Amino acid sequence: MKDRSNKYMNPYLAGFIIGLMLIAAYYFSGEGLGGSGAFKKVVVATINGVNHNYALNSAYCSPLVSEGKSPLNSWLIFEIIGVIFGAILSAAYFGRLNFKVGKSPKITNKTRIIAAIIGGILWGIGSQLGRGCTSGLVMSGMAVNALSGYIGLAAVFGGGYAFAYFFRKLWI
Amino acid sequence: MGPLFPQELISDPLNLFIAIFIGIGFGIGLEAGGFTNTRKLAGVFYGYDFVVLKVFFTAALTGAIGLFLMDSYGLIDINLTFYPKTFWIPTLIAGIVMGLGFILGGFCPGTSICAASTGKIDGIAFVGGVFIGIFGYAFTYESLFQNLRSKGGLGKANIAEKLGMSNELFIFIVLIIAIIAFIVVDKIQKRVNEKKPVEKIEELGL
Repeated sequence: MKDRSNKYMNPYLAGFIIGLMLIAAYYFSGEGLGGSGAFKKVVVATINGVNHNYALNSAYCSPLVSEGKSPLNSWLIFEIIGVIFGAILSAAYFGRLNFKVGKSPKITNKTRIIAAIIGGILWGIGSQLGRGCTSGLVMSGMAVNALSGYIGLAAVFGGGYAFAYFFRKLWI
Repeated sequence: MGPLFPQELISDPLNLFIAIFIGIGFGIGLEAGGFTNTRKLAGVFYGYDFVVLKVFFTAALTGAIGLFLMDSYGLIDINLTFYPKTFWIPTLIAGIVMGLGFILGGFCPGTSICAASTGKIDGIAFVGGVFIGIFGYAFTYESLFQNLRSKGGLGKANIAEKLGMSNELFIFIVLIIAIIAFIVVDKIQKRVNEKKPVEKIEELGL
């Protein structure tokens, strides 16, 4: 069988497909595509499961748990279940469904994993403070001309470029 | 006329069922576009691979053009959707934090889910980090973040309105900027990769 593991879809076609999903999300459900929202629901559901009273009294959790409905019973969770399926389907087609560490050949696995965890922590905090991540805040915001999307775009990518020089050894 | 679910034109279970299919399309687009490969994502910041910029702007513009066309033909009322409110101060600060997270972690939350579910161990580590970050945020919310989060509130602000132009003109300007950017980044990418290609560049499928 032909090795497709280093082959990728044309980026404009991939973007067009994601754009159509974005339109469908707004048309059917009235909301944009999300990434970090599902993480939040899982965290709130976990806190609620461990200590319901704490969750009820927490300003962060209570809006999602006070109605008695599980925070997991939400559009964003079902969307992310779909994302997982879609990614696995695509990776299986291209022959990329395998355990490996993605990194620059110049750094060790350990460095990469530590950097990934720290990066994840920053995204976790940032996405909650900023009301969404690249998907929910920036892309979905840009699709409806929301000012917040463009502020997010400038800050995420501007910040990325500002810090890129200092961490170039991780990548190049 | 859309949006269907907010106007109770489709049921809650059907809405959630549709979410799965929309997610599948989103996941395929992300994985097939190369977003489970952290080196392809980081390339946008170092000039060796601009796939992020191409996929991202094409998706956002496809969405914007489609939605505002549908709005003008009366197929959807954008005002009835979950239109994001702008709080510019926390969004600006959080955006810079996420920018740093991007350079260090090499993913964003959506792409990390795709990477983790297709076996990328760095993606799994990143997902773990996001959970640690959100748990930390949840337990310190009232003392550290609650106040800051509602600073700089501007309501459901539309950027075209703020700039004093129509939605259509604003999208047209962004489209022109994007097309110019697509041409320019191809030239930059070619030059960077001819001069000093990154190691194992064949893995990037350029």
